[in-house]
Amino acid sequence: MKNWPLWEVFIRSKNGLEHRHCGSLHASDATMALENARDVYTRRMEGVSIWVVPSAQITASNPEDSAELFEPAKDKAYRHPTFYELPDELKHM
Amino acid sequence: MSEKEVKNLEEIFDAKIARDEKIEPKDWMPEKYRQTHIRQISQHAHSEIVGMLPEGNWITRAPTLKRKVALLAKIQDEAGHGLYLYSACETLGVTREELYEQLHSGKAKYSSIFNYPTLTWADMGAIGWLVDGAAIINQVPLCSTSFGPYARAMVRVCKEESFHQRQGFQIMMTLANGTPEQKEMAQDALNRWWFPSLMMLGPTDDASVHTEQSMKWKLKRKSNDDLRQQFVDQTVPQADMIGLTIPDPTLKFNEDTKHYEFGDLDWDEFWQVVKGHGPCNKERISARVNAWEKGKWVRDAAMAYAEKQESKKLNVAV
Repeated sequence: MKNWPLWEVFIRSKNGLEHRHCGSLHASDATMALENARDVYTRRMEGVSIWVVPSAQITASNPEDSAELFEPAKDKAYRHPTFYELPDELKHM
Repeated sequence: MSEKEVKNLEEIFDAKIARDEKIEPKDWMPEKYRQTHIRQISQHAHSEIVGMLPEGNWITRAPTLKRKVALLAKIQDEAGHGLYLYSACETLGVTREELYEQLHSGKAKYSSIFNYPTLTWADMGAIGWLVDGAAIINQVPLCSTSFGPYARAMVRVCKEESFHQRQGFQIMMTLANGTPEQKEMAQDALNRWWFPSLMMLGPTDDASVHTEQSMKWKLKRKSNDDLRQQFVDQTVPQADMIGLTIPDPTLKFNEDTKHYEFGDLDWDEFWQVVKGHGPCNKERISARVNAWEKGKWVRDAAMAYAEKQESKKLNVAV
């Protein structure tokens, strides 16, 4: 018989905040993954909502591609408000 | 990859760690870094899981309902800590089943302390106070270790561990303030757990084979002897406070260094226990193997059920 698959767990700590990845666990199906996530990751009121996602369903970027993915943003300072020097007298901007 | 390329990658890798940048699972890492982390993280996870056994012994005999729910919560935390750590370890490309197999076959180690028996209720106090106290000293520096998943797991573990130590100390304090028999029971537990707790922090620096490399990788931030000194310095005044005596006649405070000096530890005993000849090694491993093997039909049934539900869903979709 095959082993229980791995699931990634995401918890929303309170309404108004996003779900954040907090770890992973093994479970035979989604229902059990939710129950286990509740027991493993929310024993002290850490969450009000849980997502579980089969780890195999996640496509991740490769660190080897980091340069081409993320470096182009480095030399685009004009995308930030501080790039535009304006007189100090100017208000509300 | 050529040797030169590997060397180049290693230099980039070492520089990253020196800059306090974290290493994440998909990043390139030297094979030795990967193997050392699998060994240490899994050993840590196994210790959490095996660590539940000596305490499980007392759940049904806890003296009050309050003590019972606290002990249950502590043991449940330990299961949780084991799971955080196994998950962190699996990001390095090893499977849960392989890790269990290493524990069950005796290939992987776990903390030597859990091979001692829990003879009285006071042992629940001594374990929380001393064993969890020593564990915290060991674990706090690991919150800033270089491997991201391990560091994140340790942050969670450390947040939860403090309650373990406090509930243990409270048990000892209550017994120490109780009847003469209760106080004697607390003292007896301290007598039996003191030296194993000191040795739990690992061999002396001159006998520790992994320290230097582990320091470089920030997998270790203080040496075993430094951690042990810190543990003694903080624990002795706590024992004084509740009127218990540390079972070391040579123990004395050095006014110049502001540290306690303590007697030699029985390292022969430590290595005997590590090598499998402690009082409870066989019992602990057989309890784990038993639970795993006897639980197989449950795991299989859950998987069969999941597959059946999945195929039903597909049939409806068609």
